Amino acid sequence: MEEVILEIKDLKTYFYSDKSVVPAVNGIDLLVRKGETLGIVGESGCGKSVTCLSILRLIPDPPGKIVGGQILFKGEDLLAKTEAEMRAVRGNSISMIFQEPMTSLNPVFTVGDQLSEAIRLHQGVAKKEAKQKAIDMLKQVGVPAPEQRAREYPHQLSGGMRQRVMIAMAISCNPDLLLADEPTTALDVTIQAQILEMMRDLKDRLGMAIILITHDMGVVAEMADQILVMYAGKAVECATVKTIYKNPMHPYTVGLLDSIPRMDVDVEKLHVIEGVLPDLSNMPEACCFEPRCPDARSICSQKEPDLEQVGDSLVRCWKYCPEWRQ
Amino acid sequence: MVAYTARRLMLAIVVLIGMSLMTFYISHAIPGDPARLASGAHAKAEQVESLRVQMGLDKPLPVQYMIYMKGIISGDLGTSVSTRRPVADELKEYLPATIELSVFALIISVVAGVFFGIVSAVRRNSALDHFLRVFSLVGASIPVFWLGLLFLIFFYKQLNVLPIGGRIGIGINPPTKATGLYIIDSILSGDGIALKSSISHLVLPSITLGYSSMGVFTRMARSCVLEVLSADYIRTARAKGLKETIVVYKHALRNAILPLITLVGLQFAYLLGGTVLTETIFSWPGLGSYSVTAITNLNFPAIMGVTLTITTLFVVINLITDLCYAIADPRIVYK
Ligand SMILES: Nc1ncnc2c1ncn2[C@@H]1O[C@H](COP(=O)(O)OP(=O)(O)O)[C@@H](O)[C@H]1O
Ligand code: SF4
Ligand SMILES: [Mg+2]
Repeated sequence: MEEVILEIKDLKTYFYSDKSVVPAVNGIDLLVRKGETLGIVGESGCGKSVTCLSILRLIPDPPGKIVGGQILFKGEDLLAKTEAEMRAVRGNSISMIFQEPMTSLNPVFTVGDQLSEAIRLHQGVAKKEAKQKAIDMLKQVGVPAPEQRAREYPHQLSGGMRQRVMIAMAISCNPDLLLADEPTTALDVTIQAQILEMMRDLKDRLGMAIILITHDMGVVAEMADQILVMYAGKAVECATVKTIYKNPMHPYTVGLLDSIPRMDVDVEKLHVIEGVLPDLSNMPEACCFEPRCPDARSICSQKEPDLEQVGDSLVRCWKYCPEWRQ
Repeated sequence: MVAYTARRLMLAIVVLIGMSLMTFYISHAIPGDPARLASGAHAKAEQVESLRVQMGLDKPLPVQYMIYMKGIISGDLGTSVSTRRPVADELKEYLPATIELSVFALIISVVAGVFFGIVSAVRRNSALDHFLRVFSLVGASIPVFWLGLLFLIFFYKQLNVLPIGGRIGIGINPPTKATGLYIIDSILSGDGIALKSSISHLVLPSITLGYSSMGVFTRMARSCVLEVLSADYIRTARAKGLKETIVVYKHALRNAILPLITLVGLQFAYLLGGTVLTETIFSWPGLGSYSVTAITNLNFPAIMGVTLTITTLFVVINLITDLCYAIADPRIVYK
C-alpha cells in the first residue's frame, strides 16, 4: 500500500449567522494515498467546496468555523498548526484550483508575476529564476507561446487558458496533494476534455494525490480511483470507482448514476433526482435524503442511519441494515 | 497609450471651448450696456459709440467671440473693474495660494481617507471600524464654515498652537518667488523659516477644507476594499500561502484603488468649490477670497477669469486622473 497523504476524521465545518447554524460539513471522514485520486461528488451546496477549503483552513471566519475533527496531512494535524505554519503548507505541499477560472486570477498583475509569486515565496529563488520557472510551468500545462503569455494579463486569455494558468500555479511547487474544485465545470466540453487529459498526464508524471470535486459522475468515472458521495454535508457512500459503477448502493448514488448522459442508450429525457437539498440549518433526526428517496420507509424518518461497511462499500442507508426487514 | 492620451486631450480641449462659449454667452446676457457702463454716467452718446467701436462691441457676435478667444489664448482676460489692473495679473497672484491649499487638502484627504478605509474594512465591525465610520460620516455632513470656526476657537483662541490668517507669519518674508507655492518656493530657496511658517499656516485651512472629502474617501475605500476582499482572486492569493498583509496591501489594494482614482478628480472639483468659504474664514489670499470680492463688486471680467481658471484646473486634474486610471488598470483598451 502507498503512503497515506491525507486522512480526515469526523470533520465538522459550520457557518453561523444571527438566526441559524448551517452545518455545511457535518462529520466527513476520508483518506487519500500517494498518487491516488479521490473524487467527491454530490449536487451543488452539499459541502464539497467547504470540505476542500477546510483542508487549507481558508474558510471565511466569520461566518465559518471548523468546529471539530482532525485533518491529518502526512500524519500531522493541520488544525493544530499556527497560521504561519499553515502558510508554508498552502500553495506548497497542498495547493488548490478553483471552479471560476475567469475570476480566480488577479486582473491587475501579469500571468507571469502571479505564477512566480508562489515560486519565489516557497522556493526562495531569485526573481529571474522564478520568471523562468513560471514560463516552464506554463509550457508544462500546454500553454502555447509561454514567454509571451507570461507577460500578458488574465483578461487577454480565454477561460481554458486561465484554468491552465491556475493549474500551473498549483503544481509549481510540486505539491503532495492537489485540491481541484470543479476545475472544468465552467468550461465548454472540448476544453474540459483537454484539461482533464492534461491533469491525468500531470498526475502520472508528478505522482501527486488529487481530490477532485465535481457534480459530474462522468468526469469522476474517468479520473478517480475512489469516490466519496456527499449529501447535505455528510458522506452517504464511499467506495472504489469500479464498485460504485458496478454496484451503486445508496439510492442517491443510483440517482446520480442514472443522470449521466450515455452514448449507448438513446433516452428521451435524462433522469433527474426529484426535489431539492434540504434546509441544512433545520435538519430532523432522520435520513437526510428521506424526502427525496424513492425507497423510503417509516424507519427512515425516525432515525438517522450510520455509515456502515456493506460488501466493498461504506453506505449510509437503512436498506442495508437488519432493521430494514422489521 | 499615446493615442488614448491624445484622445483624452482632444476631449479636454472640447470641454474648455464649451466652457469659454458659456462664459462668453453669459457676459453678453447680462443686462446693461457695457460700453455705457464703461464710459461713465455723464458720457455723451458719441463717446459711448466710439468706446463701443473701440471695445469691438459693434462687430457681429461670432467675430466678438473670436476676439475674446484670441485674448484668452494670449493671456489677456480683460481689466478688473475695481482695480483697473489686468485680470490675468491678479489671477497669477491669487491662484498659487488656492492651488497650494486645495492640493494640500486633497493629499490629506486621500492619504488619511484611504488608510482609514482600509483599516475599517480589514477590521470590519470592530470598535475601531465603528469609530472611523462615525468619524467619516461627521466629515461628510459637517458644514465647512462651522468646522472652520470650531478650529479657530479651539486651536487658535484656546490652545494657541496653530496660526491663522494668511499664508505666512507676519514679519516673515515670503520665499523668493518661483512657482508661487510657498512650500515649494521655500524648499527651492532653502528658506527653513518660511517653510515652517507656511506649513503651519496651511494645517488648519486644509484640514477644514479636506475633512469632508476625507470622509468620502474613507467610506469609498472601505466599501471597495470589502468588495475586493471577497473576490475569487483574493482566495487564490491566500491559497498560495501569502501573508495577509501582502494579500491586503498588494492584491486587494491594487484593485480597490481603481475606483478611488476617479473619485480624486471629482473630489478635487468639490475642494475647489470649498475654497471660497475656507479662504474667507482663514483670510487666505486665494481665488476664493478674490472671487468673493469680485462678486460683491460685480466685477465681471474678474468673475469670468476665475470661472475659466477653475474650469481649466478641473479639466486638467480630471485628465490626469483618467490617464492614471488607464495606467493602473490593464483592462483599459487604448482605442
Ligand atoms: N461563505 C459562506 N457563508 C455562509 N454559508 C456558506 C458559505 N460557504 C458555504 N456556505 C454554506 O455551505 C453549504 C455548502 O457549500 P459548498 O461547500 O460551497 O457547496 P458545494 O458542494 O456546491 O461546493 C452551502 O449550502 C452554504 O449554505
Ligand atoms: S435510509 Fe431510507 S430514505 Fe435514506 S436513503 Fe436509505 S432508503 Fe432512502
Ligand atoms: Mg462548490
